[in-house]
Amino acid sequence: MITLGDYLIVSGILFVIGFAGVMLRRNLIIILMSLELMLNAANLSLVAFSRFRVGPTGLPDYNAQVFVFFIITVAAAEVAVGLAILVALYRTRQTTDVNDISSLKF
Amino acid sequence: MSPFLFWIFALLTLIFGAAVVINRNPVASALSLVVSFLGLAALFMSLNAYFIGIIQVLVYAGAVMVLFLFIIMLLDLRAEKGRQINWLASAGGLAVALILLGQIFSVVRHFTIAHNAFPPLPGSTIDDVRNIGAALFGNYNLPFQIVGVLVLVATIGVVLLSKREPR
Repeated sequence: MITLGDYLIVSGILFVIGFAGVMLRRNLIIILMSLELMLNAANLSLVAFSRFRVGPTGLPDYNAQVFVFFIITVAAAEVAVGLAILVALYRTRQTTDVNDISSLKF
Repeated sequence: MSPFLFWIFALLTLIFGAAVVINRNPVASALSLVVSFLGLAALFMSLNAYFIGIIQVLVYAGAVMVLFLFIIMLLDLRAEKGRQINWLASAGGLAVALILLGQIFSVVRHFTIAHNAFPPLPGSTIDDVRNIGAALFGNYNLPFQIVGVLVLVATIGVVLLSKREPR
């Protein structure tokens, strides 16, 4: 039997994979992909909670799914802006490695 | 959904998610991310969230990943050469990630309600697109309009950012 806990574990492992990607990788485009993984892990736990908490009508709680819809929309906008910044950066610096972009580093 | 299918799709999502981080070649990472998102869409469908599963495939596995692949090929990014790795920083990052994983496991283990089965749904079919639409255009109408403005601003911003400045 699959319980809510199993979905939460899968979601937690996926979040940690994305987090490790942000911490370990130095390529900006991989870091953006890892951010997407983390957002999707949050979406998975939201949908699992939505299915777990049925309302008085016996239907899942759709507020959580509306929230997931908003997260997907905002994440798509974020990816577009992030990749545009990446392209602008590549034009001026010819690199996507975060170690080479350290002008603002303390 | 049977436990067998759940674990198949969960493993698919997690293994290809890890492949995104492990692969040295950005194109291989992006293609692994597509498979990971497809597995995640199947998990959404297993939770009776059909609409979310479908927009996951359309928006993420379709539009967003095409954007990623397009940028990777536009910039002509190659697989990273073996740069020297800062072992101390890598070990620190990995340690923080593993501590977070341990925390998540312990929280889920002590969250006793989560070990109950999912409550049954009234029928074999549910109108989830209609219900999400009713919530979206009823209760959440104002946030919906604001997200529309946000997407417009993002579009204008992207056009401005990627425009070449006249020299």
